[in-house]
Amino acid sequence: MIAINDKGYYGEFGGAYIPEMLHPNIEELRRQYVQVMEEPEFQREFRMLLKDYVGRPSPLYLAERLSEHYKVTIYLKREDLNHTGAHKINNTVGQILMAKRLGKTRIIAETGAGQHGVATATVCALMGIQCIVYMGAVDIKRQAPNVSRMRMLGAEVRPATSGSQTLKDATNEAIRDWINNPEDTHYIIGSVVGPHPYPDMVARFQSVISEEMKLQLEQHTGRENPNAIIACVGGGSNAAGAYYHYLNETDVRLIAVEAAGHGIHSGESAATSVLGTKGIIHGSRTLLMQTPDGQIIEPYSLSAGLDYPGIGPLHAHLIASGRAEAISITDEEALASAYFLSRREGIIPALETAHAFAALDKMQYQPEDVIVVCLSGRGDKDLDTYIHHFDRFQKQTS
Amino acid sequence: MNRLDKLFAAKQRDILNIYFTAGYPNLDDTGKIIRALDRSGADLIELGMPYSDPLADGPTIQQSGQVALKNGMTLPLLFEQVRAVRKDTDIPLILMGYFNQVMQYGEQRFIDKCVEVGIDGLILPDLPLYEYEQFFKTMVEQAGLGISFLITPQTSEERIKKVDELSRGFIYMVANSSITGAKGDITEKQLGYFERVNRLQLKKPRLIGFGISSHETFTTACRYANGAIIGSAFIRALANTEEVERATSEFVRSIRGVEVSA
Repeated sequence: MIAINDKGYYGEFGGAYIPEMLHPNIEELRRQYVQVMEEPEFQREFRMLLKDYVGRPSPLYLAERLSEHYKVTIYLKREDLNHTGAHKINNTVGQILMAKRLGKTRIIAETGAGQHGVATATVCALMGIQCIVYMGAVDIKRQAPNVSRMRMLGAEVRPATSGSQTLKDATNEAIRDWINNPEDTHYIIGSVVGPHPYPDMVARFQSVISEEMKLQLEQHTGRENPNAIIACVGGGSNAAGAYYHYLNETDVRLIAVEAAGHGIHSGESAATSVLGTKGIIHGSRTLLMQTPDGQIIEPYSLSAGLDYPGIGPLHAHLIASGRAEAISITDEEALASAYFLSRREGIIPALETAHAFAALDKMQYQPEDVIVVCLSGRGDKDLDTYIHHFDRFQKQTS
Repeated sequence: MNRLDKLFAAKQRDILNIYFTAGYPNLDDTGKIIRALDRSGADLIELGMPYSDPLADGPTIQQSGQVALKNGMTLPLLFEQVRAVRKDTDIPLILMGYFNQVMQYGEQRFIDKCVEVGIDGLILPDLPLYEYEQFFKTMVEQAGLGISFLITPQTSEERIKKVDELSRGFIYMVANSSITGAKGDITEKQLGYFERVNRLQLKKPRLIGFGISSHETFTTACRYANGAIIGSAFIRALANTEEVERATSEFVRSIRGVEVSA
């Protein structure tokens, strides 16, 4: 049975390794999150926004030409069709409602590629709440269009200039901001990472993905359970949502796809399940990439959304216990997969999501299997990268 | 009786605890600064284990940690530096760092090494009470090491009492809700919090830290607790000097309010 205990542990992973200064905020959240989420009025508002504002349910699409190529039945869970272009908004809608229930008047968030930052800025605009997004100074340069989107939505984007100036440092800065503003501020974490109760709360908000999948698969195929679910994993929020209602259905294989960057052993990788060891990052006991001395290593992936040195504690537990299978995909494999999916199905995926599709080339399956790929986001934000590498791949895909 | 308990048995007021990052500004300054702090009249030293991701620290201490890591500072080297300096000084030494560093060294091995080289206590700000009791308490207590937990203006009375139970040596009283390195005066609101904690009549001594940066703030803090902790202000003093020993003694004298000769 896969479940979280009341102290926030999935097996040996999780917990809340936070400075005392954060204790009142985290404790308030821990005591209230389940109760608040289960209130009928909260559920009504959450469901209404998911339907009318986000555009849910997202379709479950039978990808016939992709299925034909792989000689297996493949469904795509179309999170790319959500408002703002990815699954991230499911969580920010939930957390902004939570913040309002807790009486918070100021929102902070971290972002890497900018998708979670945009999703947070969006719901803050929707609710008229002040929004500050921390983003690594390096990422601000790499992801200029998303920085502009956040500003247009009324958010203040603050550069994280400490450390390596990427997602991990943006997260550190957001946590420091929260320490300095303990009373009026809610921190909207964008993935199933951080101290308890964040991994569980974010997973619950994202669980709408697998809740819909069950109903939709039943309608399409007559059974709720596929043989396998594939999702990319950085921190792991879309994977957590896609797995959630299948965690204890052991006939469903859970495939977690990580970014291998330039190759697992190239020194430039983000394949945490292979390269990571047990430790603590951002308040959670999990697997992370670190030196023998416990200094956290800066990971690498062409995809900013997978460029994170840790992994959510749920995923650490799923992988360590053998419940989930981890597959690593390089930058090159992900790019090839993005170009292939674009031509084969007319869908340009986010670079993160392209990693999930590339796993179809690496995994074993039977022809009669039904596989669901979580199409977590669309590729508009990655167009520059795709254009840059296009010529190199054109021969392969034509 | 370990050095920490001896200190608090002998002295209950105006205890000056100085923090600095091991291996900063230069790799081999650790021992020099410890000796200079001892000579100049610091009572207690908090030695920072430089860390890549110090969540509770402001820019000054973050940056000193990055410099120290770049200098080549590691935990094994830090332990050797402490072992060497222990020949010359009996000042209580406390290690301050993040729990991941302890985990990677190995919890029991870390404790054993602390005892072996002459470390007297620990401050691990991201190790909360529950996790401490689950994973670490028995080892710390069996080794006779000190450990200090933090309380803040937001900490409930019930939790403060728990911190009083579990802390060994002293309680670290965070002056305001912030990361390290705040400047400026102590506010009325903070004084109210200090008084509120005073009235609880805790068993363990208390040192006030975070935002203590001058003779004035040190003196105020000492009126409400057994002493105070200074970190970022000392790091700033070390940043701008070629002579760490002289800068150290001048800094301690300035905090104690002894006239510094021009």
